[in-house]
Amino acid sequence: MLSKKMLGATTAIMLVAATGAHAESLTIATVNNGDMIRMQGLTDDFTEKTGHTVEWVTLEENVLRQRVTTDISTKGGQFDITTIGMYETPIWGKNGWLVALDDLSADYDVDDILPAMRGGLSVDGTLYAAPFYGESSMIMYRTDLMEKAGLEMPDAPTWEFVADAARKMTDKDNEIYGICLRGKAGWGENMAFLTATANAFGARWFDEEWNAQFDSDAWKKTLNFYIDLMNEAGPPGAANNGFNENLALFQQGKCGMWIDATVAASFVTNPNDSTVADKVGFALAPDTGLGKRGNWLWAWALAIPAGTQKEAAAKEFIEWATSKDYLELVAEKEGWANVPPGSRTSLYENPEYQKVPFAKMTLESINSADPTNPTVDPVPYVGVQFAAIPEFAGIATQVGQEFSAALAGQQSADEALAKAQALTNDEMEAAGYK
Amino acid sequence: MARAVSNRRQIVTTIVAWTIGLLIFFPILWTILTSFKTEAEAIADPPSLLFFNWTLENYEVVQERSNYGKFLWNSIILAVGSTVIGLLIAIPSAWSMAFQPGKRTKDIMMWMLSTKMMPAVGVLFPIYILARNSGLFDTHILLIAVLMLMNLPIIIWMLYTYFKEIPVDILEAARMDGASLKSEILYVLTPMALPGIASTMLLNIILAWNEAFWTLNLTTINAAPLTAFIASYSSPEGLFYAKLSAASTMAIAPILIMGWFSQKQLVRGLTFGAVK
Repeated sequence: MLSKKMLGATTAIMLVAATGAHAESLTIATVNNGDMIRMQGLTDDFTEKTGHTVEWVTLEENVLRQRVTTDISTKGGQFDITTIGMYETPIWGKNGWLVALDDLSADYDVDDILPAMRGGLSVDGTLYAAPFYGESSMIMYRTDLMEKAGLEMPDAPTWEFVADAARKMTDKDNEIYGICLRGKAGWGENMAFLTATANAFGARWFDEEWNAQFDSDAWKKTLNFYIDLMNEAGPPGAANNGFNENLALFQQGKCGMWIDATVAASFVTNPNDSTVADKVGFALAPDTGLGKRGNWLWAWALAIPAGTQKEAAAKEFIEWATSKDYLELVAEKEGWANVPPGSRTSLYENPEYQKVPFAKMTLESINSADPTNPTVDPVPYVGVQFAAIPEFAGIATQVGQEFSAALAGQQSADEALAKAQALTNDEMEAAGYK
Repeated sequence: MARAVSNRRQIVTTIVAWTIGLLIFFPILWTILTSFKTEAEAIADPPSLLFFNWTLENYEVVQERSNYGKFLWNSIILAVGSTVIGLLIAIPSAWSMAFQPGKRTKDIMMWMLSTKMMPAVGVLFPIYILARNSGLFDTHILLIAVLMLMNLPIIIWMLYTYFKEIPVDILEAARMDGASLKSEILYVLTPMALPGIASTMLLNIILAWNEAFWTLNLTTINAAPLTAFIASYSSPEGLFYAKLSAASTMAIAPILIMGWFSQKQLVRGLTFGAVK
């Protein structure tokens, strides 16, 4: 351990010497997620090693996206590093808005990054953002309620089983709902879940000529299945529930099952916040036997906007924050359950981390997501719960509003699908895809 | 009999006024209450109104994580700075429009108001590029200028309505007594319009304090005010409602207290000229 520390220190000194770098002050844009806040608390370690200081600008997710887009497209140079997701990285990388991360040091061991994450954050094999933490989606369920319903959750269930279990677990008089799913409109809210689920039902956003596919039987089946299930076994007002609302419901013991981001596993098993911490089991997101599972892939990653004057120091920070050493640093200070998940293979090979109850299922979920081949029928886009084209966020948010209104009972599933079909085709035509 | 009716009416009015007042204030009250709960209690359903374990933990965490003082200081500089400069421009403009109107004064007034009708995001890119090229990005000067320009039409319109209420005859009398333009504005007009100027100032400070588009888009570290402070506590993945509430309470407290003490002027200012 000592030698490793010394090695680290020597490397740092050599790095500083090699780059001839003087101490810089880096401005980093980020969001207020638990893992990012923990990183902010640990930046002294980085400053100690490199001499660079760090200023944090924490913003609301959508504000951050808009702010960074404005800054990058005008070459404002306000940020040296920014937190971005798997949706933006390929688009921005292709536009030349991000600095390629193709010369990271050998110590960093870029091959250790989970292949799915590396693939999703690269353009034509070049990495443009380093994953700080990654997630897929999976089923989190109440082991006690499952037992009470006389059922046993398989590791890889079908939607049929999940729907049946949800109906059996529901006890509306006692405010227990078999299944909690996202209903709040937004490309990153209900549409992330529904797009991934639609993949499992054999649906897709576009055919290979970029024609919208919402008039297909597969979409009709997906949306009707979801709305029927939520009406029978979901909580009231589900059309307003996003990640945080469902997290609150689950932690209060009101959901039998919740299908959402794998990162939620560390929240629902934390006894300080969750009333059901010791009664949670995990399973892969369901399928329908067509060969695709409804689980997505996402990463909160760190990237360097083109136009920064401090590229070298920014790269040093990214290497520090997404390194193996950083994972050990967090484990040492806060325990293995709080280590940012889903970024490195070595983490899942670590026997200490394997003891964390959700580690295995998180890795399996991430590994079974395939952004380059997400659907049963071929598609012209990359991405599981999104299509990585600039127009997607705008279109999917409008489609999400139609689906959310259908869930709220303001219109039928067929009406929502017809509107989605028309608006998607209009937007795609206006954008010049057809 | 007439007395009984008016009594009953008074009771009804009082009840209605209190109901509306409480309804409007409720979200703020709820935010303040939530800020004293733990994160688990903040999301509890059914929610507890008063009977929970009161804690200052959220305030401690927020205090530890963010430099509240710096954000507060920036908010004060931006709100007061933009208001003072705005008034310096608006008083003479409103005076000339109210007392020396030209043929196109009405059109100019409408044109000024029309600038408020465009969504701010429409000019985001030009202003962003101007800020970048002038090197003023993330500085007080830039934000004061932008906020002042954003609110200027409103200040001028408000002052104009006040000045219109002042009888021109009084100003003419002063002129006949030999008062210069300067002393006419300083010693005759201003004292009479003082309540109006005061309430315009208060309203403008509140508008500038709460402005959350430009202050979020044109700042990073140095000039970021309390709006950026609140925004940093919203989380896409994680339940931090109690901390968000604590941050919000800290951000609105100064302006809430100021509004409380000056409500008389505010109400008078806002209803001035409404009933003739």
